[in-house]
Amino acid sequence: MHVASWFQKCIEILIFYDFQEELVVRPLHSGDIYASFQFRTLWETDFMRGNKVSHYRLFPKSLGQVISKFSVRELHISFTQGYWRTMQWGQPYLPSPPGAELWVWFQDSVTDVDATWKELTNVLSGIFCASLNFIDSTNTVQPSASFKPLGIGNVTDHRFLRYATLPREIVCTENLTPWKKLLPCGSKAGLAVLLKSEKLFHSSFHSQAVHIRPVCQDWQCKTTSWELRQTLNVVFDLHNSGQGKREWSLFKMFSRTLTEACPLASSSKIYIDITDNPEGEQFELSPATSLLSQAMVLGDRRTFSVYDLTQQDTFGSVRSLNLLIRWKSTEGDMLRPLLHAERYVAGYGLQTGEIHTLMYNHHPYRSFPVLLLDSVPWYLRLYIHTLTVTSKGKDNKPSYIHYQPSKDRVRPHLLEMLVQLPPNSVTEVTVQFERALLKWTEYTPDPNHGFYVGSSVISSLVPSTVAMDTNSTRERPLFSSFFPCKEESSYFVRVYTEPLLVNLPTPDFSMPYNVICLTCTVVAVGYGSLYNLLTRSFQIEEPSPGLAKRIANVIRKMRGVPPL
Amino acid sequence: MKTHVLFNLFATFLLADGLNIEDSAGQFFSSGHTNNWAVLVCTSRFWFNYRHVANTLSVYRSVKRLGIPDSHIVLMLADDMACNHRNPKPATVFSHKNMELNVYGDDVEVDYRGYEVTVENFLRVLTGRLPPSTPRSKRLLSDDRSNILIYLTGHGGNGFLKFQDSEEISNVELADAFEQMWQKRRYNELLFIIDTCQGASMYERFYSPNLMALASSQVGEDSLSHQPDLAIGVHLMDRYTFYLLEFLEDIHPASKANMNDLFKVCPKSQCVSTPGHRTDLFLRDPGSVLITDFFGSVRKVEITTEAIDLTDPIKEVEERPANGDVHKEMHSYVDQLPVSEIIHQNGKLCATSTNKMSLCCFHGDVSECEMQLPRGLGVEGPP
Repeated sequence: MHVASWFQKCIEILIFYDFQEELVVRPLHSGDIYASFQFRTLWETDFMRGNKVSHYRLFPKSLGQVISKFSVRELHISFTQGYWRTMQWGQPYLPSPPGAELWVWFQDSVTDVDATWKELTNVLSGIFCASLNFIDSTNTVQPSASFKPLGIGNVTDHRFLRYATLPREIVCTENLTPWKKLLPCGSKAGLAVLLKSEKLFHSSFHSQAVHIRPVCQDWQCKTTSWELRQTLNVVFDLHNSGQGKREWSLFKMFSRTLTEACPLASSSKIYIDITDNPEGEQFELSPATSLLSQAMVLGDRRTFSVYDLTQQDTFGSVRSLNLLIRWKSTEGDMLRPLLHAERYVAGYGLQTGEIHTLMYNHHPYRSFPVLLLDSVPWYLRLYIHTLTVTSKGKDNKPSYIHYQPSKDRVRPHLLEMLVQLPPNSVTEVTVQFERALLKWTEYTPDPNHGFYVGSSVISSLVPSTVAMDTNSTRERPLFSSFFPCKEESSYFVRVYTEPLLVNLPTPDFSMPYNVICLTCTVVAVGYGSLYNLLTRSFQIEEPSPGLAKRIANVIRKMRGVPPL
Repeated sequence: MKTHVLFNLFATFLLADGLNIEDSAGQFFSSGHTNNWAVLVCTSRFWFNYRHVANTLSVYRSVKRLGIPDSHIVLMLADDMACNHRNPKPATVFSHKNMELNVYGDDVEVDYRGYEVTVENFLRVLTGRLPPSTPRSKRLLSDDRSNILIYLTGHGGNGFLKFQDSEEISNVELADAFEQMWQKRRYNELLFIIDTCQGASMYERFYSPNLMALASSQVGEDSLSHQPDLAIGVHLMDRYTFYLLEFLEDIHPASKANMNDLFKVCPKSQCVSTPGHRTDLFLRDPGSVLITDFFGSVRKVEITTEAIDLTDPIKEVEERPANGDVHKEMHSYVDQLPVSEIIHQNGKLCATSTNKMSLCCFHGDVSECEMQLPRGLGVEGPP
């Protein structure tokens, strides 16, 4: 009786909670290596009901309280250092722009979205040790078509969506520390022991993110659970971390090896992408493993060698796992990514300029639509009448434009366009702008560094070479199940451009001091002299007599005779 | 007379007994504080001020090692040196050449960073007048039994300390902030350490009780930096904090070292400048103040051998959602890029938006638009 009830409780807990961790390693053609960690916690609970949730097991309490207090439906926050080079590295599993990015869908029960958004950013800045409190109305936008919810839901009223980026935000150990503390096993067991900051930040690209959304629990999708995904993408450079040798191992990348899986995890796996290495002619992988897995990810069918950390024999006799990837040949080229974007500022001087955004479609015969989202701060005054979209030299009219002009010191520009990219072409979007003069107190302490303009976001449905998997609840590796897939012939991808660094006309900050000194001097000298001239009275003074005369006067005084 | 003597004897006996109890209680709570806080501020920006960040992080490291938890430390760093692109070893900040000691560590939580370190924020943290949405980790939640350590470093002058190359805090403002803290009973005792040029000028104007202050140099003297590292390319630490760190590395939570030892840190032969201190506002004798009263979070523990009965365990009420729920509709994922819906969204957007300035319809009814469209992207109709 006792045992049965305990067993039943166990089953209940298994249904309620689930934690999975995985690491995907993809050797890149340039000799670099791309590692992507994903930690997913599933929890079947209802934050929105009246009774407050109080018993947290695997789901971190700080995030649970944030969700229930601010009626959050979806929360996506990412911190990135470095820029993802699509042409050299391919597409990332989870894209992110440089700096910090936060976008949130609120529940439709929220009455004042802006006030809730402001409080939410402050609370998150405390949780993640980041300056997210600088997110205010001057850098928040409400996209009208991009950033549809990634979780389940029917309501897509964009009034409840807010999006903001802080391109200047620095990512360092102080952001990684609270991120690691959200994991059920912390950084003590499982894949998270590999996350050592000294190695992770000595890389070409580092991105950590937290994604919270409601997901389907079963194929019927009648019950929902909350999913918390913590992801960490890092690209190690061949020359910086690899010392020039095309040989990578877990110890070389992370200065640690694995000894056990996280005991709270139901699955703990490592996937190595061996699609370009079917016969082992490109690189050699050791220790050998017999587990193979195939997954449809990023429009391609990829093959992976799998290491299951929940099996004891993965660790071998030495009780530790150190994967080794040794390159044998450097031939072969990479599949060119179909969608790629760049952005830069053209022009000269400190008054005007032009923003150019280039979108490349490398597909030989298919065209596809892209949705471009641009959020430009108010101090770059865009002239939308100069907006041009050209492909292959001809005008390309967007089928949808949404433009919200900026208001000085209140909100930024928002430009969203749906553009059809012709096959094998470059589409160029240009718009001219003028730089504004800020007030003296609005400049940062280091204004000569420049001011950042956040990355453009390009969302697109790219045609895929293989049929994508649309069954969302089948057992799939985490990296292939992030973006929901509705149709088989295309997959959703999001590409971020570079952020721009723009110099605004910077005043000389010592001028107030100079002006005060100069004015006071002029006033003192000018007015003082005038005052003296007007009010001084002159008296005639006898010049003092010479020495001989003075002696003669003294003798005459002694004689009693009047002086000379 | 006799009764008088008897009465006196009786009174003294009672008094002595009372004193005994009070004495032992007094020994137990000799310092009078129950919790410790630390506010560590680095006010300098730019890569060549690496040493100021290293100073602050060394004190942070010592304070954490001696027991003050992150929740009781407000760490303000005006610039990021560890992940600065000029740092040849990212995620590290070294205090000694040959890169012996990484004071940045693996477990650091910075509360105020970058542009947030301003005079206004610093004074707000001290006085507690923060906006209501400020998270707990950014607040100084001290009470009247808290001992607070305040450490400032950066570039300073006679009577002021420069914040981030754009503003400064004067010694009068600082003294007034401490007086506000005293009047609101936000501290029990406060130790103020400053490592800047002419640092002694910053504590000249204090007038609140229970303040002890240390500075790295007198008025008219400059505090000097310790040594450069050729690989990193900048000076790694200031002399005063370097020798302070060396002194603190020898302190452990049970140490009995007192403030007089701290005053002797970095004499003129090592520091080139003359460190100063001020104890006239402090009520206790500095020789009786332990270092761990401010730098550590030492709790007095009394061991008891009594057994305590715990009550029955609380029954956890596991809420099973959707048990009695009748409505179970099919949920589905949202289409990420619904092209046709977006194109036809124009009509809806034009009609329902309350913000007239925000529209630019293209495919729908243009007459509802407030904006003039450019010629090329104009109103001819579908492409």
